[in-house]
Formats: sequence, structure tokens, C-alpha cells
Amino acid sequence: MDPECSQLLPALCSVLADPRQPVADDTCLEKLLDWFKTITEAGSSLLLLQENPCLLGLLCHVLKPQDLSPRVLAFSLRLAGMLAAQEDCFQYLQGELLPRLFGEAGPLGGAAWTAPSVRSGWIQGLRSLARHPSALCFLADCGAVDTIFSLQGDSSLFVASAAGQLLVHILGLSLQGAAEGHPGLQTGDWPVCAQKIVSHIEESLRSAATPQITQALNVLTTTFGHCHNPWTQVLWVRLSPLVACLLEKDPVPAAHSLVDLLLSVARSSVLSSSSCGLWETLAQTLSHLSPTQAGPLALGILKLQECPQALRAQAFAVLLQPLTCVLEATAQAPGLLDSLDGTGGASVTVDTLLPSKAACVGLLCRTLAHLELLQPLPQRPSPWPQAPLLGATVTILRLCSGLATPTSDAGGHLCAFLVGCVRVQRAALDFLGTLSQGTGPRELVTRVFAVLLEYLTSPDSSPTVLKKAFQATFRWLQSSPETPGCSDLDPHAQLFLRELLPVLPKRLCSPCWEVRDSGLEFLTQMIGHWGGQAGFRRALLASEVPELTEQLLRDPESYVRASAVAAMGQLSSQGLRVTPASPEHPGGRQKSLLAELLRILSTDSEGFPRRAVMHVFTQWLRDGHADVAGDTERFVARVLQVASQDLDWEVRAQGLELALVFLEQTLGRPSSHCPYAVTPPVAAPPSPLAQALRPLCRVQLFEFAFRALFDCDRPVAQKSCDLLLFLRAQTASYSGPQGSGSVPEVASVEAALQRWQAGDQGQPLGYLEPEVVVAVLRSMDLEGLRGVLAESSDRVEKSPQSLLQDMLATVGALGEDEADCY
Amino acid sequence: MPYPFGLRRFHFGKGSRQWGGPRKTAVLRRFESYSPHSSPPATRRSYPSIGGSLWLKTFTLSHFFYKLKLGFTSQGGFVSQLPLLPVRAPNLTMQCAQIQINYYYVGLWTGHDFHSQFPSFATCSKELKECSGHVFVDSVPEFCLPETELIDLSTVDVILISNYHCMMALPYITEHTGFTGTVYATEPTVQIGRLLMEELVNFIERVPKAQSASLWKNKDIQRLLPSPLKDAVEVSTWRRCYTMQEVNSALSKIQLVGYSQKIELFGAVQVTPLSSGYALGSSNWIIQSHYEKVSYVSGSSLLTTHPQPMDQASLKNSDVLVLTGLTQIPTANPDGMVGEFCSNLALTVRNGGNVLVPCYPSGVIYDLLECLYQYIDSAGLSNIPFYFISPVANSSLEFSQIFAEWLCHNKQTKVYLPEPPFPHAELIQTNKLKHYPSLHGDFSSDFRQPCVVFTGHPSLRFGDVVHFMELWGKSSLNTVIFTEPDFSYLEALAPYQPLAMKCIYCPIDTRLNFIQVSKLLKEVQPLHVVCPEQYTQPPPAQSHRMDLMIDCQPPAMSYRRAEVLALPFKRRYEKIEIMPELADSLVPMEIKPGISLATVSAVLHTKDNKHVLQPPPRPTQPTGGKKRKRASDDIPDCKVLKPLLSGSIPVEQFVQALEKHGFSDIKVEDTAKGHIVLLQEAETLIQIEEDSTHIICDNDEMLRVRLRDLVLKFLQKF
Repeated sequence: MDPECSQLLPALCSVLADPRQPVADDTCLEKLLDWFKTITEAGSSLLLLQENPCLLGLLCHVLKPQDLSPRVLAFSLRLAGMLAAQEDCFQYLQGELLPRLFGEAGPLGGAAWTAPSVRSGWIQGLRSLARHPSALCFLADCGAVDTIFSLQGDSSLFVASAAGQLLVHILGLSLQGAAEGHPGLQTGDWPVCAQKIVSHIEESLRSAATPQITQALNVLTTTFGHCHNPWTQVLWVRLSPLVACLLEKDPVPAAHSLVDLLLSVARSSVLSSSSCGLWETLAQTLSHLSPTQAGPLALGILKLQECPQALRAQAFAVLLQPLTCVLEATAQAPGLLDSLDGTGGASVTVDTLLPSKAACVGLLCRTLAHLELLQPLPQRPSPWPQAPLLGATVTILRLCSGLATPTSDAGGHLCAFLVGCVRVQRAALDFLGTLSQGTGPRELVTRVFAVLLEYLTSPDSSPTVLKKAFQATFRWLQSSPETPGCSDLDPHAQLFLRELLPVLPKRLCSPCWEVRDSGLEFLTQMIGHWGGQAGFRRALLASEVPELTEQLLRDPESYVRASAVAAMGQLSSQGLRVTPASPEHPGGRQKSLLAELLRILSTDSEGFPRRAVMHVFTQWLRDGHADVAGDTERFVARVLQVASQDLDWEVRAQGLELALVFLEQTLGRPSSHCPYAVTPPVAAPPSPLAQALRPLCRVQLFEFAFRALFDCDRPVAQKSCDLLLFLRAQTASYSGPQGSGSVPEVASVEAALQRWQAGDQGQPLGYLEPEVVVAVLRSMDLEGLRGVLAESSDRVEKSPQSLLQDMLATVGALGEDEADCY
Repeated sequence: MPYPFGLRRFHFGKGSRQWGGPRKTAVLRRFESYSPHSSPPATRRSYPSIGGSLWLKTFTLSHFFYKLKLGFTSQGGFVSQLPLLPVRAPNLTMQCAQIQINYYYVGLWTGHDFHSQFPSFATCSKELKECSGHVFVDSVPEFCLPETELIDLSTVDVILISNYHCMMALPYITEHTGFTGTVYATEPTVQIGRLLMEELVNFIERVPKAQSASLWKNKDIQRLLPSPLKDAVEVSTWRRCYTMQEVNSALSKIQLVGYSQKIELFGAVQVTPLSSGYALGSSNWIIQSHYEKVSYVSGSSLLTTHPQPMDQASLKNSDVLVLTGLTQIPTANPDGMVGEFCSNLALTVRNGGNVLVPCYPSGVIYDLLECLYQYIDSAGLSNIPFYFISPVANSSLEFSQIFAEWLCHNKQTKVYLPEPPFPHAELIQTNKLKHYPSLHGDFSSDFRQPCVVFTGHPSLRFGDVVHFMELWGKSSLNTVIFTEPDFSYLEALAPYQPLAMKCIYCPIDTRLNFIQVSKLLKEVQPLHVVCPEQYTQPPPAQSHRMDLMIDCQPPAMSYRRAEVLALPFKRRYEKIEIMPELADSLVPMEIKPGISLATVSAVLHTKDNKHVLQPPPRPTQPTGGKKRKRASDDIPDCKVLKPLLSGSIPVEQFVQALEKHGFSDIKVEDTAKGHIVLLQEAETLIQIEEDSTHIICDNDEMLRVRLRDLVLKFLQKF
């Protein structure tokens, strides 16, 4: 511990021990504990106590009957536990202090126990303390385990959960030595403490009260999830009959916890590989639980790496049940049904599975989400029923929009539940998008595009649904096969596009900004992907979309403006912007887009459009866009000038990105893609490099970079530092004037930079000669600066000394701060 | 100049489903010469639509007496529905595409030979015209009146008006049926209703037409006409439009009421208007007596638009809720439709086209203008002029700003700032919205394109809209956007075909849809719901849409046209007031914890359906005993009353008591209503029931008295 901290600690301890002093907030105490934790992990706790007797004094003091804050009491309990984690220190404290802190004589029976924070502190203290065999004896002697049992049902969820975890910890600790080397050891031979816990779990599992069963199941879930020692197998063998008994009850109690436990057991490498009836239990559970409860279990089973095929089939059938119901209710072809429900089990009717609107919506959303998770996994069921799933999803979407015409009563009910249900629409569109990864029969794909078009056209589609519909549409278009030979969209997709493009202008004119925004995002994606394809280009140019997009650059909503900027950037890059027909202004409008984007960059009141402009400019520069390529230096100089004045740090950081692209283009790309990699000195003649640096100087890139180096926003400074380091590496071979002080200009630049660093950035550097730049770069400690910047900005505030000072200052214990108040 | 009109039986909404009768009017009937002893069925005659009745118990009758019958006409408003759609001829090639070609209504001659198609109707061929395969009637506009065959409107006491769309037929009732009752409505309803009628009369009177077609109404001819002419019903009752004098006279009979105001009707029931959230001043009505409550919900909205929100809380605890006037387009969400409206408007105008919005001069137009106010900047439409052309445009825009107390909370608070509640004031100030009474005058000089025009009539059969259809119909750049749900846009457009302009159908109907009805009914929980039959089943065209019907428990009672329903409640109690001095004299006795009884002797006085117990007249003191009268002659009530008994007789204990008193051979039999104790020796029966005990013995008065005393021991007396 620092001497400064050691000096401050006694004062702090006396403040904490004084009930009259206002206690610092919980965050400070947490930070203090974190600090003690680092100290005790790095060195001897005993030594810490001996060097700082005030700590012991604090621990003894809190035991006195007084009106002490629960926070301080909880803090002390946790501190004591942390210190006693080391066995020698435990022995040192065990005599009187620990039993009084954690035993019945302590806060356990007092009024302070009513505060949840004290109970939580007590548990966490014990959790830290229980690290060695002596601690187990201590726990047994002071009767702590019984208290922990009772705390499992605590009114505070935090306390209850911590109590469960502590039990798991104690169980693991007690068995660590005893059963470790003896996998055959039966529970009867286990240490007393472990037996007591196991008996308690057994008792809870036999109980009729669901909360107790839940507690026991949670403890077991944590145990099997965290510990994969052989004794867990013994434990499961002993307890699995009791768990199986739960399944015989109707309804199955604590079903969610039971599912968690079974999955935790199944994932355990010790248990799943051995035969302990686990798979049978899982199969039994699948058939006993209600569809809502069984869904997560089925998904968990299907995610398992190794699992019997029959069980996987059963789990998949359970997962697919709701969709089977939908297909059945809408009288889809029985062929689909057979392949979907491979088990051929008893079919469930809509009335039982989807009885009410809430149940129906909830179950369908969950099922679709589960299947979406499952689809990309390598262990997903095979063969994957792509076609029936597509059919079911399209049917659900059609039911939601009122398009489907079910013929049966069940279908009618389903329709009434689902019509206009935004939640199901979103889930189904998400899943539909995921299904684009696979192939489907042509007829089904046509239905997919039809339903997507319906959603994109319908005035009733909510903005969030519409966004999902756009996303799904893009994914389906992306996955549609390209026509061989001409790398164009396939005829069906082109047909769809012809119907879609008239819809897009209406969406771009929507009064709802979210819709305009999603429409523009979709458009940007489309152009990015198919901008080069003739069919798409023709269709797009024939529509009103490009013109509308340009008008949206002046949208009142900043998000829309930003998306419009991105879209226009893409349109312009692909040469899809509508050019005026008038011969006297060839390319006049093209230039005006650059001017328009510069106007946005310099005048827009919101950050998003300005950031979007910087992205577009960077991309244009990278791609050699015609507008930029004409006079790149002028373009870069203007952009950097505007960006350097921007109040948004992301714009400035993006300006550095643009500067880097320009740098790379001017100096040649580095051999490695990583701009910060050290490059070997290039044996280039000196004069060409100076020549190459001259354009950088002309666009005032260095002034921009140096300003950014001292930017008040750390990411900007870091990026600039990296850029300058890269530049220095590039110029390492430069054999110009050596020594920074040799040229008077260099000295003046350095002086100006020092002033900038001090916060006075008023004075510009003006035009810099390449030699001066190189000299300044060499003289600067950029590595050191990078190191400083790499540390988090709150490193000063995080120091323990400042923490102690803050805590003392809060209560006015630091005299020198008093004057500051006035 | 001929003025061709088409005849169409108008069907509500999409398809042919007629959505309930959205225009409903509650009618109270008076039966002046009703005697309390006459049989009620005599007055339960056939009644149009549902005939729920509240029968009031009466005891005495001192003055005159009302018996109330509540009824609801199934075809309340009708003008707004315009079952008869007058058609004008759009196949004329306009000589000059200018608005100034004043009222150039021309005849329709497409070159088809009617005589060859309908040889037997040569006589009425002048009345029939054809356009694009549809046959229309060339006539002055006529309107279908409310049902009058089943109800004698002269016997109706009170008409309750729910909203300004529901009162368009009022002059026909008040001026031509002998109606002498009172009409109740809120002030905005009356004022805006007046505007709508004024506009209608103005539209019709501007283009007078001498002749009306009647030959085609001949049943023999009509049944041979093509559909929908042949399906039109009761065409003989259709009437021409009323005049402004009739409108003024009708409106003068209206009594203004405010929300939550309790209006006493003949002492029998109270009626109360409640905000229905649909339009300015629109109301639902509560009709209640002391123990019964009927709610009449018509044309209500739960959406947040300009009117005061719907008052749901006051509808709770209703015995019956009569529900009608739901949205006519249940599949169209108003929000989505407004979005469509704005998008299409912007797209058209950006391409240099004009937008025509056929609409009423009040109602949804306020919301549309508000949406456009927020939208035009974002859509880059700031420079596009909006024109609102109606004879009552100015009044409508100004009226909306002064009805502050009838507006939603947000708009009310603006008034105190002070700011105009509706943003159309700002649109007018900044010259973005201009309004004109007609196409004449200023409009001709101000008019510039592209522009957006709001004008009537939404049926496209008369009004300034006709000119714009003519002017813009030939260009595909222009768009007509239909927003009023009352008209089938395809039928409205029929006589204008072929048409190049784009047609967009964005019906904006803010009235309750079925999901909202379900929520409302769950919230309000009436004991019974009564609604038109159409609401209880999905629309025929979408029979799978189970969500497009009322779903409530117990299932709603439905009614058809001209069907009589007895409302499912019985009147059991009547409230009687006790005069304070009489109440003072009562001496209650507690017979059970919390229940006290007292006997009262009083005179029941009933007047105007109010019942009051008054102290009996004091007995006149005998003056010296010269003329003695029997006490019972004067004060029959004052004879000594026997004590009242209460309680029940425990049979087992009673039998034990009998045995104790020497009776033997006792047999007890259980009956449906109680027990029979049989004293076989004495040949006596004691019949004990819940509310009576009979001792039947054969001329042995002594025995009877003994037994009676035994029975009385088990009962309480007071």
C-alpha cells in the first residue's frame, strides 16, 4: 500500500466507525473493497492488518451496539471475509472477531439484520472467507449453513440468489479434497457439511412448495453449470430420481428452473457422456411440459453437441408444434405437415396449443425466435425442413395481415388472434430473413416475395414491421440466384424489383420519419449490391427514387438526412444520379451534390448527417470518385478545414480517416494493411519523399492532425497519434535536415504545439515545409503520448489515494478543502 | 341545360356490406292517453329497429302521465348517406380547361341507343342515361327519408342527436311529419350541422333543375332496369332537398345541451349527453331511471384527434348498451390512411400534378390540415398552395377555433396561451391555405398550379368538386384522393369514366373498430349489448375475419331492420321519497344486525312520475260528540294495526313444543315449499311455508288459537 494511502486510512476508518458522520455512497465503498481485494490478492492480508491496525479497529468497532449505518456494517463484513480468505489471517481473526461478526452473536440476531444490504454483506463475507478447510469448520461451528438455507427464501432477490450461490460454493469446497480423487465415493461418505447441503436439497425437492423446489433446482443448476468434477456425477445419480418425481406432478412445479437444471446437466461434460438416465429424463420432460415451457428445453437440446438422435427428433417436433398447428389450421398440404412433424406424434390442435390471443402470440414469437437461433447452427437438425418452415412463416405473415383465408374454425380463430399483431409480424419477418440462407421451391419463393411486397405496400404496416420487411426483402434478393453469365438478378427477382420500385417513392414520402429512414437504408443497401447491374440500374433510373432521395437531403429529421446522404453517396458513386438534360450545364448537378454535402457538413445542426457526409467523402476519396479525382487536393483541404471546426468528435475522427486515405494515396499504400505496423525503412531517394509530402502540406493535413493530437476527446487524439506514427515510420528514411532545433521554423512550430497542448489552440501553424514536418515528427514523443492516451481517461480519479481523499472530503475531514468551498 | 343524375343505391364500405346504420337517432315516444291499468302489450306494437322499453310502475295518477318508450331508428340520417347519387356527365370534352366555365353541366350522350337496349322503356328513356356501361337516372337529386311507415313521428316526444352527420334529415322530420317534440343536441353539433345543411342546399340550389325523373320509379319498369337501379328500395318515398327556410325552422326546435348535463324527461327518465370523441360536440347518450341505465353509443372514437376524448367512465354499470355507428372500413387503420394520404399527395405534387380531395367542410378535414401542417415542410411542399372551397369554408374554419370547451385537452390549453387551437390558423396566416366560398371571384385570379384542393361534395355528384374532376380528370399527373368513408369511390367515379387521373382511396374513419369495441366493452362491462346484426358476424366478403365482429360475453343481442327487441331487463323498483316530517316519525326496529324495519302509514302522492310519501291527514277531533261518526269512515288508515311478524319456524323445535303441549302422533311431511305438520288425532294440518303458515282444523277455534299462539312464539313481532 502506498504510504500516502496508509496515512489517509486511519482517518477514513474513524469516519466509517463514527455513526454521526454521513457515510460515503455505496459506490465509494465498493471501490474501496475493490482496492482491498487487489491488495490482498497481491500480498499478505495478515501483513496488511498488522501494518494498518486501524482496519482491525474498524472491524472491532462495528460489533459494538450502536446505531451504525447498514452500509458500513455490510462493508465491514465483506472486508473481514476478504481478509480471512487467507488461512493465516483467518487464524489471526478467528479467535473472537469472526464468530462475533458471522455467528449468532453478531448482526445476525440484531436489528441491522433487517437491512438487505447487511444480509448480502454477510453472505458475501462468508463467500470470500470460505476458501480453505478451516473455514468449513468455522461455518459448521457457527451454524452458518442453516442461516444460508433460510436466506435462500429471502425477500431480497439479491440476497436469495447470493445465498444459493454460497451453498454451491460451500458444497464445492467441502468436496474439493474429500471426493476429488475418489470418483466412486458415495454421498454417504461425503463430509458432514456436504451431506447437510445435499439433504437440504433433497428435502426441498420433496417439498410441496414450489418456491423451495425452485431454490433447490437453482442451486443444482449452478452446481452443474460451474463444477465439472466427478463428484457431480455422484450427486446427479442420487438426486435424479427426485427430479424425475417432479415430472409426475401436474402441473410440473418450477418448470423453468427444471429446464435450466436439465440443460445445465446435459451440457456438463462429466454427466452427458455417462449414462445416468439423463436422456430419458430429458425425453420425459419434453413430453410432460406445456408447449410454452418445453420450447426453451427443446432449443437447448438441439444446441447440444452430442445428443441421441431420437431425443433431437423429439425436441425438434416440440419446437415445431406451433407451426404445425398453423399449417394444420390453414389446411396446408398434408405432405408439408408430414415432413415438418417428423415424429408423427399425436397432433396438437390449435385450441389446446394456442388457446388465447396472449398464449398464441407469445408461443409463436418464441418459436420463431428459437428457430431463428437454430437455423445457422452447424448442429441444427438435418434434414432442415426449409420448405414447410417457409410455408408456415409465409402463412403466419398472411394471417397477420388478414390476407389468408382459412377455411376451418381453428384457422378463423388463429386469424382473429393474429390480425394486425406487430410482435408476431416482426418475429416472422426476422425468421423469414434468416430462411433466405437456404433454398426453397420456386413456388414458395414466389409466395415469399408476394408476402414481402404486400407488407411493403400495405399502409397498415407499422414502421418497425416495415423496417423488418425491408431487411428480409434485401436478404431474399441477395440470396436469389444470379442469372448465369450476366451476373444480373434472376428474372423473378427482377420482376419483383419492378413491382417494388414504385412502392419505394411512396415510402420515401411517408410522414413517418422511421419509414423514410428505413426506405433510404434499404435503397443504400440495394445500390451497394446491385448498383453495377444493368437491369437494376434501368429500373432505378426509370423511377422517381433518385430525385426523391436528393430531396430528402433537406429532411427535417436528422436521421433521415444522414441516411439520405449515405444513399446519395452511393447513387453518385454508381453514376445513378439523375443528370440534367441541359447541354449548357454538363455535370453541373453532379458538382452541386458535392457542394450540397459540403453545405451539410458545415451547416447541419445535427451530428448524424455530418458524420454521414464524412463517410461518403472518405469512400469517394478511396474509390476515386469523379468529383474528387478532378481536384483531390482542393477537396481534401476543404473537407479537413470544415471537419477540424466540427464540434462532434466522430466527425473529426472521420476526418482523420479521410486524411489517412489521402496519405496512403499520396505516399503509397503501406505493405501491411495495418497502418500502425512498423515498416522497414524504404530505400527511397530523399527528394521524392519531400515531393510526396508537399501535397499533404498544401492541404494542411498536418495542422489538422496536430490539432487532433491535442483534442479533448481521447479517440480523436489516439487516432491522430496513430496517423502521425504511421507518417513518421514512412518518413524514417528521409535524409533531410536532422535535429529539431536546427531550423528556426521547427522551434516555432514546437512552441506553437506546446501552446496547443496547454489548451491555447488559437494560433494556426500556417503552411509547413515537409522538412519542418519531418523534423517536428521526429522530435515528438509520440510513443509516450500514445501510452498516455491508451490509459483510460479516469485513471487519475481511479487511484486509491484519490478515492480515499474523495471519501474524506465528502465528510469534510480534509481541512484544506474547506477554503475551496468559498 | 340538362342535369343528368345517376341513381345508385349506396352500399356502405367495401363490398356490399351495409355497416349497421351509422347514423342513429334515439327517439323518445310519448303516449299521452295511457291509463295505468291498460295492458302494456297494447302499446308494444311493431316498431322500427329495436324497441327497447322502460316500463315505469305507477301507483296513483294525479295529473297527466307519461309512459316512455325508447326507440332507435335504424335509418336516422340519410342525406349524408346519399342513397341517391346524382350523376353528372363527364364524357364531355372540355373546350377550355379553365375553372371559369361556370357550371357547365351538360347532358350525357355517348351514342348508345337506349331504345334498342330497353325497347319497352322508350317512355322513360329520357330519364335514363348511359356512361361506360352503367345506366344512370337523369334527375334532380333526391334523398331517401328515414323509416316512417312503422313509426308515427308526430307521437315522438324527444329526438336525441348524436353528431352533426346524424341530423341531416332533421328538417324532413320537424317540418313535414307533425312532430311537436323537443330535439336535444350540443352546440357544435347544431352549428356544424347547420353548415353541412347550408352547403348541401347551396350546392343543390346553385344548379336548379326543373324536372325530376319519376317514370323509372314505376315498379314494373324498375324491376327490369339493370342493377343497381332495380335494387333500389322505397324509391317512391325519396324527396328533393329541403330549403334553407326549412333548415332554419328545424334548427330552431333544437334545445342546446352540454356534456354531462342531466335532462329530466317528464320525471320518468334522465338523459345525459357524454363526449363520444368522434367529432366536435359528438355525443353518446345515457338514458336512465333510478334503477335502470341504458347507454346509447353511436359514432364514438378512442383515437386522439381534435374532439374531447370519449367519456367511457360514465358508461359503466349500464344494464344495456346499445352500440352502433362503428367504423365503416374496419380494415383501414386511420393512421396508415393518413400516411397514405400524405405520401400520395406529396408524390403527385412533386411531379407537378394537382391533388383533389372531395370532402365535407368539417370533421376529418381539420385533422388532415393539421397533419399537412406538420408534413409539408418535411416533404418540401411549403410552396404548394392549399385551397379549401366551400360555401361554408370560412365559417367552418372559424367555428372550429371557437369551440374550445369541446376540444381535446391539448387544444384547450392552447386557448389559454392564447393561441388558436388548430394550426390551420397559421396556414391561413402564412397564405399556405386559402379558402373561398366558391369558384367565382377571387379564386379564379388566385388559382395557381400545382395545388391541393379540398372541396365537396364527396359523392362527386354536385358541388365544386365536379369542375375539378372535369378540369383535371384527363391528366395522369393529377390525383383524386378519397378520404370520406361514406361513399364508394368506384361508384362516385363511375360517371366520369374513362378517367386518366390517378385515384387513391384512403378512407379515414376514426370511429370505433372491433378491437377498440372489445376494449371498450371490457372496460365498461354492460350487462347486455345490443347492436345491429351486421356487427355480430364477419363481413360476407371476408368471412374468415373473425376479428371483424363483436366478441363479448354474454353475446350481443342483435337486431335487423324493422325488428322489435325487448330489452333484457325488468323494472322492479321505483324510488319513493319520504317527507322529512314523516321520516321523523318512524321508529325503526332492528330485526337482524344491520337491518331495521319500521311501519309507515302515509299517503302516496304521484305527479310527473315522481312519488312522494306524505304524512296522512290528521284525524279530526270529535267536537263534543254531537255527531259521532265511525272512526273508520274518516281515517281508515288509523285503525289499530296488528303487529308485523318476522322470522322462520324451526320445524323440529316446533314439533317438540307441540309434544310438550300434549299433542301426540305428530307427523311431519316435507313439501316443495316447506313442511306440513299433521296432527293426526286432532285431524289438523299446520302448513308451514317460507312466507305463510296455515292452520287447518275442523271448527275447533280453541285448538286453532292454541296452535296459533304456539306458532307465534317462534316469530318476532314489531
